[in-house]
Amino acid sequence: MKTSVASAPGNLLWMQSGGCGGCSMSLLGAESPDLLTTIEGAGLRVLWHPSLSEACGSEFNRMLDDIEQDRTPLDILCLEGSVIMGPGGSGKFHRLPDGGVMKDRIDALARKARFVVAIGTCAAYGGIPAAGGNPTESCGLQYDGGVPGGLLGADFTSGDEMRVVNIAGCPVHPGWVTDTLMQLAAGALVEEQLDELGRPRSYADHLVHHGCPRNEYYEFKASAEKAGDLGCMMENRGCLGTQARADCNTRLWNGEGSCLRGGYPCINCTAPGFEEPGHSHLETPKIAGIPIGLPTDMPKAWFVALSSLSKAATPSRLKESATSDHLVSSSQKGRK
Amino acid sequence: MSRRVVGPFNRVEGDLEVHLDIEGDSVNAAWVVSPLYRGFEQILTGKKPQDALVYTPRICGICSVAQSAAAAAALAKLQGLEVPRNGRLATNLVLACENVADHLTHFYLFFMPDFAREIYAGEPWFTEAAIRFKAQSGTATAQFLPARAEFLHLMGVLAGKWPHSLAIQPGGTTRGVELRDQTRIKTLLFSFRRFLETHLFGDSLEAVCSWRNVADLESWRSQRPPASSDFGHFLHLADQLDLENMGRACDRFLSYGVYPQDGGHLFTPGVWHEGVTAMFDPGWIREDLTSSWMAHRDEPRHPFSGVTEPDADAPDGYTWCKAPRLAGDVVEVGALARQVVHGHSLLRELVSHSGGNVRSRVIARLLEAARVLLEMERWVDEIEPGSPFCSHGKSPAEGQGFGTIEAARGSLGHWIQVDQGKIQNYQIVSPTTWNFSPRDAADVPGALEQALVGAPVRDGEVDPVAVQHIVRSFDPCMVCTVH
Repeated sequence: MKTSVASAPGNLLWMQSGGCGGCSMSLLGAESPDLLTTIEGAGLRVLWHPSLSEACGSEFNRMLDDIEQDRTPLDILCLEGSVIMGPGGSGKFHRLPDGGVMKDRIDALARKARFVVAIGTCAAYGGIPAAGGNPTESCGLQYDGGVPGGLLGADFTSGDEMRVVNIAGCPVHPGWVTDTLMQLAAGALVEEQLDELGRPRSYADHLVHHGCPRNEYYEFKASAEKAGDLGCMMENRGCLGTQARADCNTRLWNGEGSCLRGGYPCINCTAPGFEEPGHSHLETPKIAGIPIGLPTDMPKAWFVALSSLSKAATPSRLKESATSDHLVSSSQKGRK
Repeated sequence: MSRRVVGPFNRVEGDLEVHLDIEGDSVNAAWVVSPLYRGFEQILTGKKPQDALVYTPRICGICSVAQSAAAAAALAKLQGLEVPRNGRLATNLVLACENVADHLTHFYLFFMPDFAREIYAGEPWFTEAAIRFKAQSGTATAQFLPARAEFLHLMGVLAGKWPHSLAIQPGGTTRGVELRDQTRIKTLLFSFRRFLETHLFGDSLEAVCSWRNVADLESWRSQRPPASSDFGHFLHLADQLDLENMGRACDRFLSYGVYPQDGGHLFTPGVWHEGVTAMFDPGWIREDLTSSWMAHRDEPRHPFSGVTEPDADAPDGYTWCKAPRLAGDVVEVGALARQVVHGHSLLRELVSHSGGNVRSRVIARLLEAARVLLEMERWVDEIEPGSPFCSHGKSPAEGQGFGTIEAARGSLGHWIQVDQGKIQNYQIVSPTTWNFSPRDAADVPGALEQALVGAPVRDGEVDPVAVQHIVRSFDPCMVCTVH
């Protein structure tokens, strides 16, 4: 039986540059169904992926030449890792065997693709390699940090008249990638499905705060003080979950995880510039004891007033568990 | 004699090319090129020491936990912190999960698909190998990917996510484990054990771990058809292609030791050469920059005085990789090195017979996976819910520390120096930097460069398949190499 998806196949080329390969490693963990079944079901054919494909060396180079010289049409180009422009704009920090540099190859391929997808915050905005003094002059495909531009330029659109799709995250959740690829293959990912920074709204319209199991501590401002404490990590431990755009606590990681469930703060890894917050990632910067980075869409005075009220009303069960690495239940206390 | 560039390589985690001098039907000399530079050591300078826990896992998406554990160990030394027993067990479990998953990812996705290449189409064993191991379409991949994904649920429980977790801290781990978590982990371990026993070994892990010598292994093999397990299938292919005589390097093996437990490590640290095991002293490490695209090449430096300043036009440079040496010597690191140093009698017998080679490296990886899974079952039982997982300290304004551990693919070290509360110097020496190092000041080639000499080249081959077997037998991680 021939299904409708099988009759509209698309091919996919996955390149890597200034990244760690972690987005690929994460993607290989796709579940229900597994990655290969998902790709097949979407009607996609993997032309080449660094972890999954046989071809290397000359065979691989020929395949890229065929795309650049229009002998092979390319539907979806994915880039994982930042675009490396350095040193001095030469691109020589990522050389190719033929004497060229990777940034030029990516540019040429992007201009042949129907859709261009940035996999991870590095490819979207520059990401971790752009931290510190950005020693490799890293940028994203269509952004340099939060500023439109990057390698391809602010006005770039791919063959199907679409700007670069930015699946930001460090790493990406496998579901963000498989959803996006399936929607592209089905023609369902239209402009309105992307947010102001090019991220698919299906995950970026949510906040990491949604579904956080520490919400009760948040409500009562029962705060964690040190690594491993169960309390809310916003006041002291640098957690940005109330501002971070992702569905990490409603679409869990590796079965039942998330950063907050693992006991450590959200560092807002889907946002441009997350790599360089201007202070430690693991401490909340404060002015006069009040955290600077309060939830963005709430008047500050209200937040401060509500916080002091709820702090005064915190049940002792929460107060004690907040600074412990395991639940302190009232029944346990009764036995002591 | 002809000169040839092979690359880029895939299924090596990152970017790699190899320059070959070919004479007749074999490789005469090789130069290993890491063509990508990323600058982590520069990025870390000036940051708060604790933030190394955010940046260093992101050096590598496949050794992410190993990088994290090395950073945490370096910070613990800086702060003088002891890790409570629960924290040590949880860290061991998380690191072991990554290492075992990596060994299997290497075997099924990165290494075995090369036997399904067209160049082997005329071999009598080809059809069976291609059905099982062909990239993407092989039956093994279809079974392995779901098993791997489920095994990594252990990360979801203990580390929040994988890769790039912040759960491993200098004083232990951030995720208190309750009884329900222990129960969950045990069932995940059982499920992965079942995958290994059904598909990889076709026998119990206890049976696999009981082999003491080559005779035990051969007797096991003689009792079953070669393709009845993936391990047996590999051994059969190794015989057909004489992989035992392919890819021998320096046969000097290094391990920093890993998985701390009462009274030492599960796998002990040391250096093994010509049948003798010696102590390992981190003071003997130097990085030589003679062939690197780096400035400050005056003399080889210990990581505490190491400098990382790229120079794309450095004379005689041919790679972004530095050349680490141990007391001046080239060493090989990885699962084989780790097990030979520790004293695995079967692997020592293999090495004394034919050295480190494509076959013995793969055997070591798979036998280690079996052994570590058994240890994981023990560790999870030893966790005591309710007892502490993490101790807490403060980073001093000045000081230094280092952390040495073993990633799946070998010895990984971090060296940190702090001044006025900020990182003044951070140096990372990763496993593939050891194995894929370039020539040093004495013009001695690195381990892979040595291993490639003599590799056979078949008629008409552009990218010699033997070169690919040898390169991948090291399970290279280039993104770590070019941090």
